[in-house]
Amino acid sequence: MPAQLTREQQLELYYFLQLNRQLEERLVRMHRQNKIVGGVYLSLGQEAVSVGSAYALEKRDWLAPMIRNIGALLVKGFKPRDIFTQHMGKYTSPTLGKDGTSHFGDLKDRHVVSPISMLGDLIPVMTGVAMAGRYLGQKIVAMTWIGDGGTSTGVFHEGLNLAAVQRAPLVLIVENNQWAYSTPVSRQVPIRDLANRAAAYGITSAIADGNDVLAVYQATKSAVDQCRAGRGPVLLEVKTMRMKGHAQHDAAEYVPKEMLDYWKAQDPIERYQRYLTEHKLWDEKTKSEIDARVSRELDEDQKFAEESPLPPADLAEQGVYCDGCHTIEAVWQRPQKEVMPPAASVAAVWKVGDFGALHPSAPLKPPAQEKPVTPKPNVPVPTTAARPPHPSHAKQHARPVNTSRLPAGLPADIEPEEDIARKPDAEVPIRVPFGRGPKDKAFVQQREAKVQEKRHRHKKGRR
Amino acid sequence: MLEAIREALFEEMQRDPTVVTLGEDIGVFGGAFKVTEGLYAKFGPERVIDTPISESAIIGAACGMSYLGLRPVVEMQFIDFIACCFNQITNFAAKSHYRCGAPVPMVVRGPSGGGVHGGPFHSGNPEMYFVHTPGLKVIYPSTAYDAKGLLKSAIRDNNPVLFFEHKFLYRRVKEDIPAGDYTVPIGKAVVRREGRNLTIVSYAAMMHASLEAADTLAKEGIEAEVIDLRTLLPLDSETILASVARTNRLLIVHEDTRTGGIAGEIAAIVCEGAFQHLDAPVFRVTGLDTPVPYSPPLEERFLPNAEKVAAAARELAQY
Repeated sequence: MPAQLTREQQLELYYFLQLNRQLEERLVRMHRQNKIVGGVYLSLGQEAVSVGSAYALEKRDWLAPMIRNIGALLVKGFKPRDIFTQHMGKYTSPTLGKDGTSHFGDLKDRHVVSPISMLGDLIPVMTGVAMAGRYLGQKIVAMTWIGDGGTSTGVFHEGLNLAAVQRAPLVLIVENNQWAYSTPVSRQVPIRDLANRAAAYGITSAIADGNDVLAVYQATKSAVDQCRAGRGPVLLEVKTMRMKGHAQHDAAEYVPKEMLDYWKAQDPIERYQRYLTEHKLWDEKTKSEIDARVSRELDEDQKFAEESPLPPADLAEQGVYCDGCHTIEAVWQRPQKEVMPPAASVAAVWKVGDFGALHPSAPLKPPAQEKPVTPKPNVPVPTTAARPPHPSHAKQHARPVNTSRLPAGLPADIEPEEDIARKPDAEVPIRVPFGRGPKDKAFVQQREAKVQEKRHRHKKGRR
Repeated sequence: MLEAIREALFEEMQRDPTVVTLGEDIGVFGGAFKVTEGLYAKFGPERVIDTPISESAIIGAACGMSYLGLRPVVEMQFIDFIACCFNQITNFAAKSHYRCGAPVPMVVRGPSGGGVHGGPFHSGNPEMYFVHTPGLKVIYPSTAYDAKGLLKSAIRDNNPVLFFEHKFLYRRVKEDIPAGDYTVPIGKAVVRREGRNLTIVSYAAMMHASLEAADTLAKEGIEAEVIDLRTLLPLDSETILASVARTNRLLIVHEDTRTGGIAGEIAAIVCEGAFQHLDAPVFRVTGLDTPVPYSPPLEERFLPNAEKVAAAARELAQY
């Protein structure tokens, strides 16, 4: 399956996965030893998402991580010392101690945009990166991540819509780790597959198994290729699980144990180790060599960070403005005269092909039911090595037990639409197509026949 | 003044292919106030980008563009709508250079201010939200000459600059400006009228009310010195302090609401730096602490004008 990746590359993926995890395990220890200034936001269980997706980018491409995408920073060439020093607020850190955690970047060489804590803001920013890259003729792809919770922000919509309308080469990875701090995804959004959001923007989407590093890599690679070919943005949902709390202070007791057990069995590193063994891509010696390299590098960099000084207090007052300390330069890879008059000049008129007339035969459609996300050509159907159980099969842990105090219509009263379809006795709301009233007998019959057929199909499916 | 702003945009886009503009209805239509009229035809849709109604996405995209070395100029259709992208400006753009050494050479410009019966959502002066944000620069010119020169400086600056254009002045301020390239430095106030009895500090439309008041006062024998701030952040304290040292009395005039307006900040600076020169308390004439109302008598009550300024100046001169 991973035809494009050489054995060395596949081993390198393992190196990054392990480096990501071991680095974070050290951060946890250092946090307990009071060596970390602020919080530690773990990506335990999500390493394959960061590593697999960033690995699909080329050097010229741009990315903006979220706080849990340390693995992507490592793939883009940052060193563990950068992450250690950032967390410790050291003068040797990429931000000199002015910001912490994964909040750093490098515009010049690594093409990494530093994230901010407000979720969703990176989507328009990376849309702008993608648009500017296209304008300059650079043929780059811009990539960023958003969590399941972050899809609820207004700027998620604004950014993705702008990217879509501009057909910007943007890959947006929706990292669905099931929890937005303490709120389960079912309380963030009324849909199960966040990839469905893409339909509203008229863009391509796909779903990948976020705990399978090769699946993430391949799905991202397809998305990147599609973007580079000028076919517009791609939304890629990866299903994974945040195995720890939001940060170190959060014991995450709100997560049901069964859910953790389920996902623990899907651990991305253990799965990838099994894969490498089964495909005879390594032996015990190779594995211990990589593990030893990881330990050695982390030892060195942790030592470096611990021995580094804190910044001088004077630094607090410096660097608010760029007073010529940076040169702003654009890298042109197309002739500048193309964007200058007279070549750039056009008639200031809109070409409107669609007058917006009502299509008489188009009825209102009920929401799609149980429709699997079908990736458009070029995006392969991801491998679903292990499909998580459907929420309706799992224990209903997140629902409040007593909802009687809630006014009707609050989210507690809303069933996921799939569940309605599954319940044979549930009332299926009749949607009346435009121009056809309830008195239209033929319509009612047609509608009921459809409902019957659906129930039949579901019954059959369950046997 | 409107033509001066348009001319600055034309000349900068002609001079530098990294200058691009984006905003709502700025392309084919030429902008709600026609500031960008003709840009689309000349520079095409790649450089004059009509966007969806998404202020946050527009600012975000401009930040991303600036990271690749472009110099985007964003238009807010009305500056009141800048509230929609407050987060992108104050958290993303403003902090970028300080926290990770990534400059954001971007200009956000738009029509602001009252006096045209725009009501609570089309008359605002939201400059102080941003004057309170380190990392931004805030410009609010009162003349056509300054508007052109300062906009050019803003486009060439390596930092996010907010450029407020008082819409009352768009077609009322008319003056001959030199053809061709010139800039006006950011962060430098200018003395518009010299006087020895008191100092009036103002900017934008209230600059003109202040000058009108100074004319009236001169006939009464009160010589007012009038300072045009032009830039609110960074503030040119030196020019203010030097003037107060000569006149010993200070009146600050602005259209923005009173509480948290820049008058308070200037009063504090003068108390710290020129207290020994003051013969009277610092006076201020400002907009009311209300939204900008719609109906003419209400808006008139809200806005400062030459009479209100002259009345306060008389009182200050006699204090």
